[in-house]
Amino acid sequence: MASLDRVKVLVLGDSGVGKSSLVHLLCQNQVLGNPSWTVGCSVDVRVHDYKEGTPEEKTYYIELWDVGGSVGSASSVKSTRAVFYNSVNGIILVHDLTNKKSSQNLYRWSLEALNRDLVPTGVLVTNGDYDREQFADNQIPLLVIGTKLDQIHETKRHEVLTRTAFLAEDFNAEEINLDCTNPRYLAAGSSNAVKLSHREEILFKRW
Amino acid sequence: MSFLIDSSIMITSQILFFGFGWLFFMRQLFKDYEVRQYVVQVIFSVTFAFSCTMFELIIFEILGVLNSSSRYFHWKMNLCVILLILVFMVPFYIGYFIVSNIRLLHKQRLLFSCLLWLTFMYFFWKLGDPFPILSPKHGILSIEQLISRVGVIGVTLMALLSGFGAVNCPYTYMSYFLRNVTDTDILALERRLLQTMDMIISKKKRMAMTRRTMFQKGEVHNKPSGFWGMIKSVTTSAPGSENLTLIQQEVDALEELSRQLFLETTDLYATKERIEYSKTFKGKYFNFLGYFFSIYCVWKIFMVKFWSQHISFILVGIIIVTSIRGLLITLTKFFYAISSSKSSNVIVLLLAQIMGMYFVSSVLLIRMSMPLEYRTIITEVLGELQFNFYHRWFDVIFLVSALSSILFLYLAHKQAPEKHMAP
Repeated sequence: MASLDRVKVLVLGDSGVGKSSLVHLLCQNQVLGNPSWTVGCSVDVRVHDYKEGTPEEKTYYIELWDVGGSVGSASSVKSTRAVFYNSVNGIILVHDLTNKKSSQNLYRWSLEALNRDLVPTGVLVTNGDYDREQFADNQIPLLVIGTKLDQIHETKRHEVLTRTAFLAEDFNAEEINLDCTNPRYLAAGSSNAVKLSHREEILFKRW
Repeated sequence: MSFLIDSSIMITSQILFFGFGWLFFMRQLFKDYEVRQYVVQVIFSVTFAFSCTMFELIIFEILGVLNSSSRYFHWKMNLCVILLILVFMVPFYIGYFIVSNIRLLHKQRLLFSCLLWLTFMYFFWKLGDPFPILSPKHGILSIEQLISRVGVIGVTLMALLSGFGAVNCPYTYMSYFLRNVTDTDILALERRLLQTMDMIISKKKRMAMTRRTMFQKGEVHNKPSGFWGMIKSVTTSAPGSENLTLIQQEVDALEELSRQLFLETTDLYATKERIEYSKTFKGKYFNFLGYFFSIYCVWKIFMVKFWSQHISFILVGIIIVTSIRGLLITLTKFFYAISSSKSSNVIVLLLAQIMGMYFVSSVLLIRMSMPLEYRTIITEVLGELQFNFYHRWFDVIFLVSALSSILFLYLAHKQAPEKHMAP
């Protein structure tokens, strides 16, 4: 039943945004009890039924590679990280909804993973045309996930969600906002789960 | 009238230093984090500003700029403010931010941070007992009491850093010590790392599949609860779950291995970069600066005397600039290495504390590099501290730190070649 071919998805983001909790939630359907700092890269596997319900149904394993560290790491760390970026089929960009810097750093993360050079100024200005160019010819499907939704106060939610919607648009990606300590967000049938499986289908189509 | 002019000059320079500290904080230290508590940034910049002003006053002393009475006044004022910051404000805020991170104590933050501060004050006071730093005729709350203790901490820090720096700098750049790292070495390690990741993945796939079949068969992987649960788990132990725990142990071991390999690869890349850097012009220039700073430290041990105003001014100026620059760079590296989004506030405040104490004790030690006629103002302002004690203490700690660094680096250097042998 299992395919021999590999589907590799990177999970990128600043340290402390909740990548390990997210990966644990996605793969084991359980909340991670004691999150600790990720050194290097931790991998987990998610089982996915491609084209479920149809006669062509096949079960695949999606490998989620959770790469630790920050964009400002020493270049020796970045060179070591680069070894994980080979033959990637999809990228999940994770940012913390309570921390604006983590959202801005996603640009640098995606550039690092897609093996392109950083802009000389080091500061990326969000300008519609500029960013679309960078990602226009990108074939790898992206998914933007915002974590710690529960820590955003009700009144500020709208403002935060608008901002993240722009972010996702820049990447030409789908977006999900959730709280990794609550499995309800990714429960079967929820809109998030639907988005997730939709992205996975795209992943397989391209691959 | 001249007092007003002098004061306005001082205040302008203080504002300039404050701005520099602010920019440094924003652009360098906190460039990957979000500043949510501006009070941290303000405290850091203020500490930096007043520390730099002290050095500025020393330079003015040597050059004879400004009226001597206004210099004296500003010395006293600066000293009071900096002691206020280092002994009262920064420790209190450090305690406050530590307590804020702990969820349990969140409600009574202020109370617990006051308690922490009182504990700090108690140990800070006790610090003065074993050291012969004061003549007993001073009162309890005088400047001398505070400065003497701050001086001890700062001088110890300076000596530790200088000792380590004096040994580490040549070790890092001298090609004799640099292990020869080839690209093949790095590639071999990377291959091992990826192989380990693949092994982890295949084991996790087995686990996922096992869990899925168990779930489909209705054996829910729950912990047994209650009396009947316990009995059930004894009689019907699912073979699947036993298998899982076994594989999980193997996975844990492999994950530990992957972390080791990752760190080793990073190490190799860093060494390779150092080799390339030492061959460039910039690398050689900084290498020279590093040597200069180390030589200065060694010089202190042999107590060379200076003889003219210009030389002492230039030398003191270079020492100050190199110290500030060296300290800021070291602090930045340290900060990047250990901070995370939660602890960044606490760590920056700790750095501000270290920086303030370091600069205060630099003033104490620099007194020795100055000719007699310029020492008077420092002696006047700081009161009757036993300066000789500080110089001897610096030398002792410097030697201890240098020797331990040599030992430590020797052991680390010896261990390294064994790690890279073929498995």
